[in-house]
Amino acid sequence: MLTEATMEKLRILAESAKYDVSCSSSGTVRKGKAGMVGSTVGGIGICHSFADDGRCISLLKVMLTNYCKYDCAYCINRRTNDIPRATLSVSELVEITMEFYRRNYIEGLFLSSGVVRNPDYTMERLTAIVRDLRTVHRFNGYIHLKTIPGSSQELLMEAGRYADRMSINIEIPKEESLKALAPEKDHRSIFLPMGQIQQGVLENKEDRQKYRHAPRFVPAGQSTQMIVGATQESDRDILMMSNAMYQQPTMRRVYYSGYVSVNTYDARLPVLKQPPLVRENRLYQADWLMRFYHFRVDEIVDEAHTHLDLDVDPKLGWALRHPEAFPVDINRDDYERILRVPGIGVKSAMLIVNSRRFNRITSYHLKKMGVVMKKAKYFITCGELTSAFSQPVVGINELRPERLRPLLLSKAQQKRAAAEQQLMLDFETDASLPV
Amino acid sequence: MQVYLFDHTLDGLLTAVFDSFFRHQQSVQLLTEGEQLPLFADEPHLVVSDSEKASRVWKGLEKHLSTDGLRMITISWLSEERTLNQPLFNFICKVFRQQAPTSNYLSLERNASDPDVLAVRNSCRRVLHEQLRMKQFIRFQKAKDGTYLAVVSPDHNVLPLITGHFRDRFNDQPWLIFDAKRHYGFYYDGKTVTDVTFEDEASLPFDLRDGKLDADVLSENDQLFQDLWRTYFKAICIRERINPKKQLSDMPRRYWKYMTEKNGGEDRKKEP
Repeated sequence: MLTEATMEKLRILAESAKYDVSCSSSGTVRKGKAGMVGSTVGGIGICHSFADDGRCISLLKVMLTNYCKYDCAYCINRRTNDIPRATLSVSELVEITMEFYRRNYIEGLFLSSGVVRNPDYTMERLTAIVRDLRTVHRFNGYIHLKTIPGSSQELLMEAGRYADRMSINIEIPKEESLKALAPEKDHRSIFLPMGQIQQGVLENKEDRQKYRHAPRFVPAGQSTQMIVGATQESDRDILMMSNAMYQQPTMRRVYYSGYVSVNTYDARLPVLKQPPLVRENRLYQADWLMRFYHFRVDEIVDEAHTHLDLDVDPKLGWALRHPEAFPVDINRDDYERILRVPGIGVKSAMLIVNSRRFNRITSYHLKKMGVVMKKAKYFITCGELTSAFSQPVVGINELRPERLRPLLLSKAQQKRAAAEQQLMLDFETDASLPV
Repeated sequence: MQVYLFDHTLDGLLTAVFDSFFRHQQSVQLLTEGEQLPLFADEPHLVVSDSEKASRVWKGLEKHLSTDGLRMITISWLSEERTLNQPLFNFICKVFRQQAPTSNYLSLERNASDPDVLAVRNSCRRVLHEQLRMKQFIRFQKAKDGTYLAVVSPDHNVLPLITGHFRDRFNDQPWLIFDAKRHYGFYYDGKTVTDVTFEDEASLPFDLRDGKLDADVLSENDQLFQDLWRTYFKAICIRERINPKKQLSDMPRRYWKYMTEKNGGEDRKKEP
């Protein structure tokens, strides 16, 4: 039976879990079954609410316990932090999950835990809960389970039979930085379970080709997360790591978490007034370019550009560095090239290639389809001499990137850039001026 | 330009298409009965809905359009937008004026450069967007008899699109989803979904304005779970990242009144 004490525990454990940004409930379609509660929808998943920070609430993101024996500098739940600690009992957690789910508050459970005693002990408790949910309470909704680094393979294999998605966070892309901040962790303890889960998924795939009813293993694959702004890693380091992750067949999502200064007293960490939100946003944009826009990671960042441009998005940044790729002919060029035009997304690119079978596409059509002509007009040609959106047609090659760039910045950005370029006339110290 | 008047049903619209071909009238302005007639209009033609004619038109559409295109018509119709009538009418006429497409690629609904197709497409998109929002934002309360109740008032008539989802997901719990704007709902009794209307809405055990069940029929620990959810909702927010703009764009304020986490628990007052 739940009481007011449960509410306090839930509050504490949700506050401890909220810095894990993974939220999706996607990646697996499972119809409802007779005698079971729930289903998963696949596609983009369902976000049931949006918190005041604008992040979606899809799963009940909660920790089993926030006691932890580790002392990772970036983590709110580190051993040395003086925060309220709590542990949810199995029955409490199961009841909250089921009742929330039945009221359509959530899409499923995101279960994580601090490490108590040893990794195996913790992982065993997590596994017990998801097993209970699935077999006793007949829960058929989404379960995202955190993998505890260093737990044994047998436990992972069992947990994977009940969970839809498993994840283990890289947190810091470079091992030496990770060692400095989290002395108990290393990259091996992260990548080993990742590999084991992947192997399980691939074996399961093979099994299911032979036996149709073989139980599924982690059907929604894996995800991971990296902290942005806590260490000196460049965007290039982070994106190279995500790229390597996406090469793995079971890695579905890499999340980026702008570092929130939770442990301000630790000298190893920077003290930030604001989490690096713009940088985080640019990293997500770059991530989208890799996953949906057919960009290679070395097109987004390279040795000369180790950090993403904070003023313009990475796609526009690439376009400004590569004027030779433009203009793109909307009526002739293939889908891949149209997708590279700033201001045209996946949806409008599909609309364009579908519609141009019927008649020629003009810039008026593009505007109506939802293309951001303010940006796109410099990079395309529709076979028009002049159009309402650029008179006369002036593209990136006529303007040159360095003159085009200021035109594409927002008003606020333009002002800032102008203030930086303005030469200061310093009258008082300059003696060479004729009086 | 000939003015047609119809009764704002899909059958009526399809009959209007039939009539326009039957009477060899190419340019037609389609209005619903009671709408203001344009100046200097000829005597309007009154379309009498005829399911026979409508089904003939629909059969023709099945030959000329892909299944996506047919779906687009039925879904966009649920938007109940007045501005949809004319583009949808034009779209269906255009489908018949062109040759039957040889492949799905040439099915007319893919031509987004046509203003009529684009208008129907966008209507359809808005409906699909809202049905997703209903799946997201519907909040059930449990009544004493074990029925789960949710009240909504969506902009478009999306309930028919989401009952399948909720029947699949909550197949062992009876639920009622009620549309306060259109005064009808769907009830699932554990086996089948039926649509329901209430004769006397004032005597219902729930409030249509905020969707709350009366305290005497609310199951005993439902209030506790509502409070738990509100607590959780507050706790999960990172205060350093407050972003009301993003929240409002993803969860517009018009949905808040029926949502547990946003319609408050403490100041609940029972009205006499």
